[in-house]
Amino acid sequence: MKQHLEEEDLILHFYGETGTAAEPHLSDCSICRDRYQSLQRVLNCVDAPPVPHRDAGYEEAVWTRLAPKLGQRSRWFQPSWFNPRKLAPAALAAVLLIGAFFAGKYSPRSEPVPAATAQAVPGVRERVLLVAVGDHLQRSKMLLIEIANADPNTPLLFADGRETAQDLVYANRLFRQTAANTGDTRVISLLDDLERVLLEMAHGPDELDNRDLENLRERIKAEGLIFKIRVAGSRLAQEETLCSVGLLVFAALPRFVLSLTRSRNPRHSSLSTDLSLRPRLALT
Amino acid sequence: MEATDLSAVERTRAGDTAAFRVLVERYGRSVFRLAFRMTGNEFDADDVVQETFLRAFKQLDSYESRSSFSTWLYRIAANYSLDLIRSRKRHASRRVTESSDEEDILDSVKATDPGQDRIYYSAQVKERLDAALKLLSDQERTAFLLRHFEGQSIEQIGAVLDLGVSATKNSIFRAVRKIREALEPVVSSYEAAP
Repeated sequence: MKQHLEEEDLILHFYGETGTAAEPHLSDCSICRDRYQSLQRVLNCVDAPPVPHRDAGYEEAVWTRLAPKLGQRSRWFQPSWFNPRKLAPAALAAVLLIGAFFAGKYSPRSEPVPAATAQAVPGVRERVLLVAVGDHLQRSKMLLIEIANADPNTPLLFADGRETAQDLVYANRLFRQTAANTGDTRVISLLDDLERVLLEMAHGPDELDNRDLENLRERIKAEGLIFKIRVAGSRLAQEETLCSVGLLVFAALPRFVLSLTRSRNPRHSSLSTDLSLRPRLALT
Repeated sequence: MEATDLSAVERTRAGDTAAFRVLVERYGRSVFRLAFRMTGNEFDADDVVQETFLRAFKQLDSYESRSSFSTWLYRIAANYSLDLIRSRKRHASRRVTESSDEEDILDSVKATDPGQDRIYYSAQVKERLDAALKLLSDQERTAFLLRHFEGQSIEQIGAVLDLGVSATKNSIFRAVRKIREALEPVVSSYEAAP
């Protein structure tokens, strides 16, 4: 009695994984041949969907977007942050830092620089990051609130929102990477939750019907996202305030050092007079 | 070809970031194709390409030249695609429900000539295939797509999915069985029609 081929053998034969091993049996056995033809008919219907065309410059475009990240993979500062909204806090911090630098530059060299001066520099970086993350969360929250407050009975035109969500997904990943480097688990967890919802928005249709809206609302509600963002926002604001105080102390430090020096060494008095305006610049 | 991949990898490891560009140019399109097959979405596929090369660059020290660079890269791409698919699972299940609604619409269409009949048949096949693919597990789906659409061997698929030969075969068998269950009634009724 003839041993029939198993379905698995037929599948492997269809994909050419068994070479010609099954062919003699298939030519002899009409039952297996019929079963194989039935399998063929079904699998031959499964056509590969066409892959969207990518033009000749595709690889170049991929590289252009990738290269800046490769060069600065271990650093928290990424070029994609360079947009006017995010530059504002960075510029503020830079002004503070430059002001403080010049004030420090003209302070007497003979006195040793207090260790706290050097330690304050990471505070600047921290503050810029806190401001940027806070701004990102604020923008994300506005988008979530737009969804949460949309009229469920009217389709929502969401092409712009989708574009915003795409930008936010990208920024979210950068912040998540930064948070991973600094080990801030609360921010990491929040950004993970946020990314899932942002991705849904980014991949959604241009027009959200009531089912889309309901689905997104459920996700936002299930993750408790708006609440979490509010909590995180206020925490970041507190931390930012602390950082700002640290920065002010840092900026004022050269003045303080200078005043100490002046009280000890009167020959620096003319320079001190000249400098009296500079720290103010740093403090404004 | 593999030797060139290796030299590009070695140069990148030595600090020559520009050498990585060779690998991006060589595999950018194939990673895009794989990602598109897996995610079914152009935007996602572009995202996967970027993230795959970024991860590959960061993890380059963990690449062992015993396996081919392309297989290692496809593994990263497949894993990231699966992450994306999982993060959108809710969305996907909603679409399956939608497709059931559309099925009703298709059923109500009456085919009046052979051309229309063929269009109706193709639409039904596509509909059921999409629904069936969404019912597969991530592993089954990926194994099937790589075998059926990309023509990769069982060994290659196993390397991408980090599975043994037997587990890879079983994933493909289960996928084919489920797809067959979904499509066979449509195919049979079309062929039985006069």
